[in-house]
Amino acid sequence: MTNAVTTLAIFAITIMALSFAGAQSVPGEDHTGGMAEDYAVARPGVELSFPRDHGAHPEFRTEWWYVTGWLSIAEGPRANEEIGFQVTFFRTRPRSDPANPSRFTPNQILLAHAALSDPAVGRLLHGEASAREGFGIAEASTDDADIVLRDWTFERRDDGTFTTNVETPDFSLTLAFDPTQGVFAQGKNGYSQKGPDTEDASIYYSLPHLGVSGTLGRDGVETRVTGKAWLDREWSSNFLTPGAVGWDWTGLNFDDGGALVAFRIRGANGETVWAGGSYRDPGGEITRFEPDHVSFETVRSWTSPHTDAVYPVEQVLTVDLPSGKASFPLKPMFEDQELDGRRSGMPVYWEGAVETTGGRGYLELTGYADDLEM
Amino acid sequence: MSLVGGVSSARLALRWLLVGEFRAHPTRFLATAIAIAVGVALGFAVHLVNGTALASFGEAIRSVNGSADLMVRASSPLGFDEAVYPKVMAADGVKDVSPVVVLDAQILPPASEPSESGPGRRFSLLGLDVIRAANVTPSLVGTRSGGVGEGRGTLFEGRDLFLSRAALGASGASIGETVWIEANGQAVDLRVAGILPGVADDQAIGTMDIASAQWRFDQLGTLDRLDLKLADEAVARDALEALLPANAILDSSETQTTRGDALSRAYRVNLDMLALVALLTGGFLVYSAQSLSVTRRLRSFALLRTLGLEREGIVASIALEGLAIGVLGTVLGLLMGYGLAIAALNLLGGDLGAGYFSGTREHIVFQPKAAFVFFLLGLAAALVGSVFPALSASRAAPAAALKNTGDVLDPRDGVRIWPAILLLGAGILTTFLPPVADLPIFGYAAMALLLAGGVAGVPFLARALLSGLLRLRIARVSPMLAIRHVYGAPKEAAAALCGIVASTALMIAMATMVLSFRIAVDEWLGQTLASDLYVRAEAGTAFEPVVQDRLAGLAGVARIDFTKEVPMTIAPNRPAIGLIARSIDPGSEASSVQLIEEETDTQSELPPAWVSEPAARLYGWAPGDVINLPIGGEPARFTVAGVWRDYSRQQGAVTIRSVDYTRLVGDESRMAGAITLEPGADVEAAEAQLRTALPPALRTSVSFARPGDLRDYALALFDRSFAVTYVLEAVAILVGLAGVAATMSAQTIARVREFGMLRHLGVAKREIMEMLGIEGALLGTVGAIAGIALGLVLSQVLIHVINPQSFNWTMGTHVPITTILAVALALILAAAVTAVVSARRATHMNAVLAVREDW
Repeated sequence: MTNAVTTLAIFAITIMALSFAGAQSVPGEDHTGGMAEDYAVARPGVELSFPRDHGAHPEFRTEWWYVTGWLSIAEGPRANEEIGFQVTFFRTRPRSDPANPSRFTPNQILLAHAALSDPAVGRLLHGEASAREGFGIAEASTDDADIVLRDWTFERRDDGTFTTNVETPDFSLTLAFDPTQGVFAQGKNGYSQKGPDTEDASIYYSLPHLGVSGTLGRDGVETRVTGKAWLDREWSSNFLTPGAVGWDWTGLNFDDGGALVAFRIRGANGETVWAGGSYRDPGGEITRFEPDHVSFETVRSWTSPHTDAVYPVEQVLTVDLPSGKASFPLKPMFEDQELDGRRSGMPVYWEGAVETTGGRGYLELTGYADDLEM
Repeated sequence: MSLVGGVSSARLALRWLLVGEFRAHPTRFLATAIAIAVGVALGFAVHLVNGTALASFGEAIRSVNGSADLMVRASSPLGFDEAVYPKVMAADGVKDVSPVVVLDAQILPPASEPSESGPGRRFSLLGLDVIRAANVTPSLVGTRSGGVGEGRGTLFEGRDLFLSRAALGASGASIGETVWIEANGQAVDLRVAGILPGVADDQAIGTMDIASAQWRFDQLGTLDRLDLKLADEAVARDALEALLPANAILDSSETQTTRGDALSRAYRVNLDMLALVALLTGGFLVYSAQSLSVTRRLRSFALLRTLGLEREGIVASIALEGLAIGVLGTVLGLLMGYGLAIAALNLLGGDLGAGYFSGTREHIVFQPKAAFVFFLLGLAAALVGSVFPALSASRAAPAAALKNTGDVLDPRDGVRIWPAILLLGAGILTTFLPPVADLPIFGYAAMALLLAGGVAGVPFLARALLSGLLRLRIARVSPMLAIRHVYGAPKEAAAALCGIVASTALMIAMATMVLSFRIAVDEWLGQTLASDLYVRAEAGTAFEPVVQDRLAGLAGVARIDFTKEVPMTIAPNRPAIGLIARSIDPGSEASSVQLIEEETDTQSELPPAWVSEPAARLYGWAPGDVINLPIGGEPARFTVAGVWRDYSRQQGAVTIRSVDYTRLVGDESRMAGAITLEPGADVEAAEAQLRTALPPALRTSVSFARPGDLRDYALALFDRSFAVTYVLEAVAILVGLAGVAATMSAQTIARVREFGMLRHLGVAKREIMEMLGIEGALLGTVGAIAGIALGLVLSQVLIHVINPQSFNWTMGTHVPITTILAVALALILAAAVTAVVSARRATHMNAVLAVREDW
């Protein structure tokens, strides 16, 4: 879900229509008066299978491959400085007439977004790509992670590492992600409930603690980088529960090898409509959080000078672990990690690198400037 | 009195003289200014209308293109393979590509309304991928205007239609409503989902999803356009030239505008030239008026010279007079032109009735630069018209001029002919020069030279014509005096006549050209429309092979020549030519295609193509040549088997055999058929029978026509496109006649003393009137003969130089005898009548008073 917002923000032009229509509609009900769509529904009892589930699931409405992480510059004048990054590939299946034989029929749309959080810049650098599937311009394999979107790629090599290549006007990234741990299935073995209704759910797994190596290109200069990243994989036809306006989400890699995901979905008055997440300790033991096991508490808010939106950029996350309640202060790398996409018809949200006690990760704050429905 | 004082008082006297001249003859002064005004007005109006039509064409192009840097465009509406799209996307230097399906669409009226399909309901329907268009051509991305509570459709909803404000207005529908759209023979119901805020208000454009457009409007697998966003234009052009298929061209808004410009340029330049001719006639009229007014004031000028005014002073003063006339005339002309342009635009449309632009609505925009140019031209005409008589006046010896007010020329002197011969010779040589930028610039230059030469030759012609009469023994006083006067003062005659000679010559030239053209078109129509009945499938419907066979097999039907015509771009900077597929071989006896050249050596293994005369001239195609036509992904090679006459497609056409078209395009449907019946078959019965044989769906969308109706329609179109020409001609002739009237009356008034003398000698008033009438008739005759002779020469320049170079078609000459006779008669009569009318005024003066003027 985290990822949904990011992508939403970037391609709202498309996604507004897609995931929000999904959020607003009762499954099966047809709002456009056209053809009814048969989207698959995420249900409990799912069995993840690999490498198949690294690939696309076109029967679901939306899906993403979402990588966030911290990079350390390995050479040059800024050696050892750290910056945040995120690369997301998003697949969505809009309403289209299955009878249309045109090769342009929008059966699947692929979108991608990349952003860089550099404290030296003090704001996000970002770029995007999008296309309807087909003609070799945009393709997502259903066998394994293998996505092509113009000159952006995300794939899994035979040795098990994932690679990505993105080109934006401000920067380029060529990165390899080496899984150091096994698949971290979210929710009940991959079934992740998103609201009170059991059908408001996704299939969700993570790959935390990915070892990063590669290059970052800026201003025509390629610099070697290393670091640690997190891959989220999620697909669903019904992410949002009615009445939700946004959410807070975080994914944290701990230095001891542990990993934690927590999210809460907010209603119109800031109340928590639903919450969840899980913690995997260094030994691989998973603790799943029920809605009342997760709470976010604002420590410091930051008012965006661009949009006047007030974001709780510094929070304390408290979760129920087997050892008792544990609190994790979330401190942003810098304040202005807001992405304003309204000029191109997209929403405004905050997506930034954060540090916590003994770990690092990403925090996502959506629906603060406008309701997500816009 | 010092010399300086003398000069200054001479200047003062001159000023009195000029002001007095204006006070004495304000109407003549105004009439001269109006002659200039008419020329300026016509020229400026034509220019404004053309400029506006072209600007709105350019705007339409830019709107529908959505301001893409560059585009790949299909050579014909057949499109190109969609597999080109990913290749172009991957090409070097290309940043993004937006694939487009372009449809000529029509919004069908609601079932409740009577079915009418006015041009206002037509619009360009573009099938787009909104993701790509948002990057490349954002102005073509629609804004969804879903109200509160309306279900949020997806961005790729196939039934959603976005309309520009103009198209929405024309549709009569409101947002959210369902409309029926017809394009490519398919009627599809779409929902108006929103508007296109980025499209100019007056452009009728709609957009929908590309996949749905391909599917619902039967365009699967093909694209019409790729809009490009470039990283590096030079690199991209190189890369794209290498990978584009034969049936796609690299195109930009500029080249499209060039094509639009080329479409009507020759026509517009011709109108501009006619307008300039009107201005030239105005200049001649100023010359006529000024020469006479100067001649009349010779004595006054001579007096001023003796008072110490320099020769240049007199020239400058008269030039100043010309300047005043010019300023008044041009300002008046610019105002009139502006008004005329608005009126013409409302009455005739932006192409002045020629049918080049359709469906564009314009409003006149004042063009200051053009206004300035026409101001200068008008001024120049007035100035040049004034300076020449001033120069000759200043050359007169003051002493002689004080005594003599008549022709400066001694009647016994010969008239110089060499300037006329030189000008005419230069004019004839100039006709052999080639066109410049597809325009017959030298053709027009030749016309100007011939015109000048012809006018310069008038004094000589007058003498040559009259020398015969001079030798006759004429007993009566009045004819004898008249002949001797005209013979003795040929320059005066030339001054009176130059305007009318010029305008008559041009009118005769135009009339001869138009008649020749009309007869050529009529003959061509007669031969081309040789079949008994014509049938056409309207609104994108077509005759499928089964229907074709059924119709051709009917009893009473001898044969049907089924045709399909599609526009096809050969060169990006030229308008599309017509590609015509015919089921009857144009080389065969049965064909009604009129071949003017044929390839006799039929050794070629390539399929034959017959090119139209304009196509042959524009693209340099000759029989026997191998040509490449952009049909299909690979260039299709043909041998030119012949050249056929075609007056209907100015941009050219190529005919190929039906079998070749079907083989290359894979399209067996045909749009029209020319039906030849068995001898003796009844046309009416055949039509009924054919209609019954049509599938029910086609019955309502098929129209039948008889050759006679088609011929009338074509000729009506012809006349409509020449209507403006007729108007300009009439104006030129009226200006010329006004010139004759003005100069005749001026000359008559100037000769008051002469009439007084004649009265003293015992010549009756009636005889003087008679004399003047005969003089007028003589002048009119000389003018008519000169004008007609010159006009016939100019018509040959129009027919053999200007027409082929502008429109790429040739024709024979047909002389409009009746028009010529009528013009000659009108001219002679007008000259005689004005002479008599002004004589009546002049001879009213008491004879004694008149003679007293002679001191």
